[in-house]
Amino acid sequence: MKTLAELQAIRDKMRQQIDLRDASDDRIRVVVGMATCGIAAGARPVLNALLEEVNKRDLKNVTVSQTGCIGVCRLEPIVEVYVPGQEKVTYVKMTPEKVASIVSEHLVNGRVVEEYTIGAAE
Amino acid sequence: MKEIALYALDIAQNSITANASRLDLTLLETPEAITLTLADTGKGMSPELLARVSDPFTTTRTTRKMGMGLPLLRMAVEQTGGSLTIESTEGVGTTVTALFHPTHIDCPPVGDMGDTITLLIQGAPQLELRYTHTVDEACFQLTTEEIRAQLGPELSLAEPEIILWLKDYLQEQEMLLREHKGMKA
Repeated sequence: MKTLAELQAIRDKMRQQIDLRDASDDRIRVVVGMATCGIAAGARPVLNALLEEVNKRDLKNVTVSQTGCIGVCRLEPIVEVYVPGQEKVTYVKMTPEKVASIVSEHLVNGRVVEEYTIGAAE
Repeated sequence: MKEIALYALDIAQNSITANASRLDLTLLETPEAITLTLADTGKGMSPELLARVSDPFTTTRTTRKMGMGLPLLRMAVEQTGGSLTIESTEGVGTTVTALFHPTHIDCPPVGDMGDTITLLIQGAPQLELRYTHTVDEACFQLTTEEIRAQLGPELSLAEPEIILWLKDYLQEQEMLLREHKGMKA
């Protein structure tokens, strides 16, 4: 059985790591559409998979966040990736299975997974 | 939507958009009714907006003319013979109460409330959230205040490591509630 007191151990570990974080200017932002359309289409497991993958790979320069309706409801779940200095990349019809390759290819190695982008879907 | 937990996640986004500082999310399960209540301290609605809010062609956002969250929830509860009540006072907050009849064939399952709560915290780590889930006589409660008391002020609740720990913690607690329900049945 877990207890909330276990969070103190996480806090102590994270306090040591906090200085290792990159400056906010060069962080990669990954944004998941979590409006009605996104949630109904399956955004919750996609966001979960992203958080798990980013944590597993210990990607300190990546921020995962949520937003409202991105505007192309029929292509939800949608994930947008903002790499500083580069054009935004929009991944559509996302699934938890697609998340692993986007994290390893795009977020780690810097190669856009073209086949999952809005350009390939349209 | 396939789960009541997904409706909860969706309707809670309205509270966040309404700049709520507090949100009380309560799920009460009895053999006769499943009642989901979201009470926030957001900016509230005017009586005119409140009268139209279940209309899918009503929304406060300016980018599009549709808002499907509350109409979908109303449809889901009414399909089970239940009801949706919305009370709101401008400048004070809004309370949405959705009552499902669990014995009706169209009643969706409660689903993964643990996932819903953790992602709600991840999306709005500054929100004061109180989550209460009661199944018959068994009750579980979690507040972001008690999480912050353990973590201290400098860490964001949205950190993936914290979120994933909370997810496991909530799954364990939700499972205990389910087991309690199973034992009764």
